[in-house]
Amino acid sequence: MANLQSNSGDPKVNYEYRRKKSADEMRMQVITFTLMIFFTVLAFAAVGAGFSKWFIIPFVLLLACVQVAFQLYYFMHMSHKGHEAPQLFMWSGIFVAFLTILTFLTIIWW
Amino acid sequence: MSTIAHTQKRGFAGTVWEYLTTVDHKKIAILYLIAGGLFFLIGGIEAMMIRIQLAVPNNDFVSAGLFNEIITMHGTTMIFLAAMPLLFAFMNAVMPLQIGARDVAFPFINALGFWLFFFGGLFLNLSWFLGGAPDAGWTSYASLSLASEGHGVDFYVLGLQISGFGTLMGGINFLVTIINMRAPGMTYMRMPLFTWTTFVASALILFAFPPLTVGLFMMMFDRMFGSGFFDVAAGGNTIIWEHFFWIFGHPEVYILILPAFGIFSEIFPTFARKRLFGYSSMVFATVLIGFLGFMVWAHHMFTTGLGPIANAIFAVATMAIAVPTGIKIFNWIMTIWGGKITFTVPMLYAVSFIPSFVMGGVTGVMQAAAPADYQFHDSYFIVAHFHYVIVGGVVLALLAGCHFYWPLMFGTMLSERLGKITFALFFTGFHLTFFIQHFLGLMGMPRRVWTFLPGQGLETGNLISSIGAAFMAAGVIIFLINVVNTQVKNVQVGRDPWKDGRTLEWAIPSPAPFYNFKQLPLVRGLDAFWIEKMEGKTEMTPAEPIGDIHMPNNAFAPFLISLGLFIAAFGAMYQVDDKPWAIPVLIIGMAITFGSMLYRSIKDDHGYHIHKEDLLDDADKGGTR
Repeated sequence: MANLQSNSGDPKVNYEYRRKKSADEMRMQVITFTLMIFFTVLAFAAVGAGFSKWFIIPFVLLLACVQVAFQLYYFMHMSHKGHEAPQLFMWSGIFVAFLTILTFLTIIWW
Repeated sequence: MSTIAHTQKRGFAGTVWEYLTTVDHKKIAILYLIAGGLFFLIGGIEAMMIRIQLAVPNNDFVSAGLFNEIITMHGTTMIFLAAMPLLFAFMNAVMPLQIGARDVAFPFINALGFWLFFFGGLFLNLSWFLGGAPDAGWTSYASLSLASEGHGVDFYVLGLQISGFGTLMGGINFLVTIINMRAPGMTYMRMPLFTWTTFVASALILFAFPPLTVGLFMMMFDRMFGSGFFDVAAGGNTIIWEHFFWIFGHPEVYILILPAFGIFSEIFPTFARKRLFGYSSMVFATVLIGFLGFMVWAHHMFTTGLGPIANAIFAVATMAIAVPTGIKIFNWIMTIWGGKITFTVPMLYAVSFIPSFVMGGVTGVMQAAAPADYQFHDSYFIVAHFHYVIVGGVVLALLAGCHFYWPLMFGTMLSERLGKITFALFFTGFHLTFFIQHFLGLMGMPRRVWTFLPGQGLETGNLISSIGAAFMAAGVIIFLINVVNTQVKNVQVGRDPWKDGRTLEWAIPSPAPFYNFKQLPLVRGLDAFWIEKMEGKTEMTPAEPIGDIHMPNNAFAPFLISLGLFIAAFGAMYQVDDKPWAIPVLIIGMAITFGSMLYRSIKDDHGYHIHKEDLLDDADKGGTR
C-alpha cells in the first residue's frame, strides 16, 4: 500500500528527492507540534485569565477541533495519498453525528 | 482440500452442512434469498389478513389487539426481514462478480451477517407463539411501546438488535469489498450502476444503523432494566425515540430503493441494447440521494411540534430529493429511447416501475409540504404513498431481479410465460390495492384502524383494495410455482443466457466456479463484457497469468455466534418476570457467543490454495462455451 511509507518506498526513486520529502515532512511535524503546545498554553491561559464562560467554552472547543485535525493530518499521515476513502467516511460520519447532536440541542429540549 | 472435493456430489446432510458453514458469497446469496423469501411470504400472509379484516365494515375476522400485532409485524417483517435481505441476496450474488472479485473482502463476516439476520428474524417471529407479537407499530413510538404489555415489544427490540448487527456487518463488508477488491482497470467511474448503488446503500447502512442500535438499546434498558430515557415521568423525553428512529428510518428507505434503482439500471441497458444514458449523472444522482437522505428525517415528524423553522428546513430539503430522483427517471427513459427493446419479464417490470414509482414520488413531494402534511398525516394517503414507493419501487425490482439474475444464481431460467402472468397479476393487483387508498385517506380514513363503520363512504374503496391484494397474492403464488417448476426441470442455460449481458457477471462460466475468476479480468471501460463482445471476443482479456488462488475455509462459528445471541435474548427478556432460569440462559447464550469468538480468534485458519495445476485441469470443464 502506498500509504505505509511516508513517501515512496520504491528504491528507484531518487534518494535526494526522498530525503527532501522526509525533511519537509519533519518540518511540518515540528511546526504542528509547536502550534499544538501553543494552543494548549492558550487554552490554559484563557481559563486562568478568568474570561466569561461564553468565551472560554467555544474557544477551547475550537482549539480542540484544530488539534484533532493536526493529529489526524500530520501525525497520523492522513494528508498523504491513499487516504481518500477513509477521509470521506470519517467526514461523513462526523457530519451525521454533528447533525444528530445539533438536532438534540435545538429541537428536542425546547 | 483441492478442487476435486468441491465438484463431488453431496448427500442431503452434506448439502445442509455445506450451507450452514459456507463462506462463499454465491451460497450466502442463496441463503439470503431463501430466508428473505420466507419472511416475505410471512409478511404477505399478514398483509392478506389486514386486507381481509378491512374488506367490509364492522368486520370481526381478527380482534383489535391481534390487528395491531399483525400491522406491526407486517411492517417490521417486510422492511427488515424481507426487502433488505432480498436486496442483500442480489448484492452478494452479483456485486463481487460485477467488480471482478473472487469473493467479498471478509467472507467469514459475510456468513456471520447472514446468520445474525436470520436468528434475529426468527426471534422476532417466534413472538407469535410465545405470548403475542409486538403491537406498537413498526415505528414503535416510545410512549406507546413502553406502555405495551407482555413481551411483544421486547421481541421487537431484541430481534431487531440482533438482525441489525448482521445488516451493519454486511454493509461494512460490501464497502470494503468495493473499495479494495475491484479488478484491474475497474475504476470507480467504470463500476456498473448496481455496484454503485450497493456502495452508497452500504455507506447509508454504516451511518444509519448506529442510531437505530442506540435507540433500541435505550428502549431495551427502559423496558427491561428500569432506566428512563423515554419515560416522561422519570425525566426522560419520548421524542428522543422518534428522532433516533427516523434518523435511521429515513436513510433506511434509501437503503431499500437505491439497490432497486441499481437493478433497474442494469436491466434497462441490457434489454434496450444501449449503454445506460447519462452514466456519470446517474452516479452523481445516487450519491446525492444518499447525502440528502440524511437531512430529511424530521419530515416524518412534522406534526410532532418541531416549530415552523425546523419544519420549513426539512420540507425544503425533502423536496430537493426530487431533483436527483428526476435525473434518474429521465436517464432511464432516455436509455430506452431509440433502443432495440425486447420485452422480457425483467424489462416489463422495469418499464412499469417508472410510472409506478413516479406516482409514489409525486405524493411524497405533496407530503413534504409541511402544512399539507397536517392533513395527510396518519391517514391512508400515507399508506398509499409508501406502498407506491416500496412496492412500486423495491418489490418490482426484487421480482425483476429474481427473473434477471436467476440464471446467474442457479444456472436455470424462470419461465417467461409464467413470469408474464405473475407480472400481469401483481402489477394490476398492486395498483388496484393502493391507488384507491389515496382517496380513502383524503376522505378521512386513518391508518392503523382495525375496522370502520358503514355509511361513511369507505366501503367500496376498501373492498376494491382487498380485491387488489388477492390479485397480488395470486401473482406471488404463480411465481412460486414458476420457481418450483424451473428448479425441478433444471434445464441449465449456460453462460450469458440473455445474450446481451453487458457487465462482468455474465462473462464467467455457468454455473460459476467457486473461485469466480480463474484469472482476474482486465476491465477496459464501462460495460466491460460488452466492449469485448463488440470486438468479436467471447471472453474477457485476463489481467494476470494463471496462478494459485487463495481461498477461505468454511466455518461453523458464524452460526454458533448468532445462535448464542439468540439464546441470550430469551434470557434477557424473561429475567423481567423473575424467572429463575432466565439469568443462567442469558449467561449460557453469551458464553456460546464469546466462546465461539474466542475459538475463532485463537485458531489459526489461513485458508487453502487452489493450485495452478488443478486450475489448468478445470479449463475444459468450466462453463458451456
